[in-house]
Amino acid sequence: MLVDFFLHLRAAQLPVSITELLTLLEALQGELIAPSLDEFYFLARTCLIKDESRFDRYDRAFGQYVRGAMAQAPLQAQLPEEWFREHLRRTLGPEDLARLEKLGWNRLFEELKKRLEEQDGAHHGGNKWIGSGGTSPFGHGGAHPEGIRIGGPPQGNRGAVRAWDKRAFRDYDDQVEIGTRNIQVALRRLRRFSREGSDLELDLPDTIASTARNAGTLDLRLVPERRNRVKVMLLLDVGGSMDAHVRVVEELFSAARAQFRQLQFYYFHNCVYDHVWRHNRRRHAERFETLDLIRRNRAETRLIFVGDATMSPYEILQPWGSIESGNEEPGAAWLQRLAGQFPHVAWINPEPEGLWQYRQSIGIIRELLGGKMYPLTLDGLTRAMRALARGH
Amino acid sequence: MTAATKPRFAGTATYVAGDDLRLAVNAALTLQRPLLIKGEPGTGKTMLAEEVARVLDMPLFAWHVKSTTKAQQGLYEYDAVSRLRDSQLGEARVADIGNYILRGVLWQAFESPQPAVLLIDEIDKADVEFPNDLLRELDRMEFSVYETRQTVRALHRPLVVITSNNEKDLPDAFLRRCFFHYIRFPDPVAMQAIVDVHFPGLRAELLRNALDTFFAIRELPGLKKKPSTSELLDWLRLLVAEQIPPEALHTRDAEIFVPPLHGALLKNEQDLQLFERLVEMNRRNR
Repeated sequence: MLVDFFLHLRAAQLPVSITELLTLLEALQGELIAPSLDEFYFLARTCLIKDESRFDRYDRAFGQYVRGAMAQAPLQAQLPEEWFREHLRRTLGPEDLARLEKLGWNRLFEELKKRLEEQDGAHHGGNKWIGSGGTSPFGHGGAHPEGIRIGGPPQGNRGAVRAWDKRAFRDYDDQVEIGTRNIQVALRRLRRFSREGSDLELDLPDTIASTARNAGTLDLRLVPERRNRVKVMLLLDVGGSMDAHVRVVEELFSAARAQFRQLQFYYFHNCVYDHVWRHNRRRHAERFETLDLIRRNRAETRLIFVGDATMSPYEILQPWGSIESGNEEPGAAWLQRLAGQFPHVAWINPEPEGLWQYRQSIGIIRELLGGKMYPLTLDGLTRAMRALARGH
Repeated sequence: MTAATKPRFAGTATYVAGDDLRLAVNAALTLQRPLLIKGEPGTGKTMLAEEVARVLDMPLFAWHVKSTTKAQQGLYEYDAVSRLRDSQLGEARVADIGNYILRGVLWQAFESPQPAVLLIDEIDKADVEFPNDLLRELDRMEFSVYETRQTVRALHRPLVVITSNNEKDLPDAFLRRCFFHYIRFPDPVAMQAIVDVHFPGLRAELLRNALDTFFAIRELPGLKKKPSTSELLDWLRLLVAEQIPPEALHTRDAEIFVPPLHGALLKNEQDLQLFERLVEMNRRNR
């Protein structure tokens, strides 16, 4: 039951697991919800989807599934048995229920199923299989596919397709460009508290506890010093085609700054050449040699480029190709040098990922960095951080 | 166990719960699985557990998690230091290690003679491994005390409500065992219902003006901390206490202006300055 629905969600890239499906089935069996699609939507969401950034994807998948399921009869294939049960419970009086108990629910459902099949034959698949207003205990007008709602909540005149079609969680989707809202979560992955090296410090609580356990004989406990060793170097593209992205990049930057104690940042334009600068206003007065950056920083430094990588291929591949400074060596040589020194490298690109294949320069830079280019979405950042942590 | 005998949660006189939230709580109650609640600060995540406990008449055990909290502390702690002290003073109770086992919140909830509500508040504040360390305990509702070789088993599976502010991602294995609900920021209609519950006697005019102002302020670009439901309620309380007339919250055009007592809504100095600057700019442009 609901296996199609489950597979449909998985096909829509929602990470639902079998345990969760079983929970949902158990909840249906527990007669938690009135037989309405609205409530089923909420119940399935609360059971299956555990992250509000996936709600929007779920809304779309659910809408699709429901429309698909309604387009193709037969109705009884979609209807969980529990919905019938709940409906019967509501429509029948207590005496009827008592009589039914004797008859047994199961036999009743056999009967119901049989009748449904018979009616299907008789009515040529029309949408009034379960007649309304008759004396049959199964009948009710609400069986129209538009709502798969037999009975339905009494207060309702709610359009069945409403809740998910509103797509209220669109802003929470992790595939769209990020604001500062969730960026801290993603950037925090970079911060790795590593216990390494031989620097030991006295672990006072553990020493006291251990001494106490020893009934007063002193027992010294030492732990390696805990220190956030992650160093980050940010290289940001400014000017030119990046102007549209400056705001987003600044948000990324402002979030990043709070995360690391050792954070350096430099600017470049379009591609990195022999020098970078630290203040955009004093870019000509205050230059930093790119070679110096490579020499001064250890290989563990995480190097993050932020740029749209959109330029003429000459600017990357040709000596003297830069549009504003004379460069003896092509930008590609500098990129390779940087990527060679810092294996933990990632390029974050604010352009939508779908556009990348149409821009030659993006392809070139991606190749130079071993494919480590990620879009400026929460999901992209998460991937970038994972790649930075691995570092090869 | 049938639906009729099971307790059901349907919102309370002082807490407005949407259909979806009610469903999530009832699912957690019926299937006895933990319920994870996320949402903006100030949307009533912690309140939910308190209200459920109150209306269903179940005792509430709250465990407020801090950055230094360890999973073990929710189960029990072995107070070795006081045992050491007692041993040096030659007290008789030293012999029984059970005297130095301090019961944690989980243990207390497990021992409750009637079904209880267990609130694990702000689980994301703790270390990343924290949720993983509680997996088995929440799943099986039992744990063993190493020092006394004793197993503690829940008399009744408590309703576990877990809140998170989204500061850290929670592990998948943990999420898979929970029901999940995200409390969205209420829309104006829901907000009206919430305010009605808290201030039944509030004049309609004042309320409408106050809500308009409140949502206008939330819409302002660049605010570091948008005012939330709890701030609105505080502000209204102040407005009522100071007997501010509804006209004071009224503007002829839809411009923003500095409402009285706005310090209750904006709690960040930068936000206050930004807000006043925006108002100033607006006035000049008129």
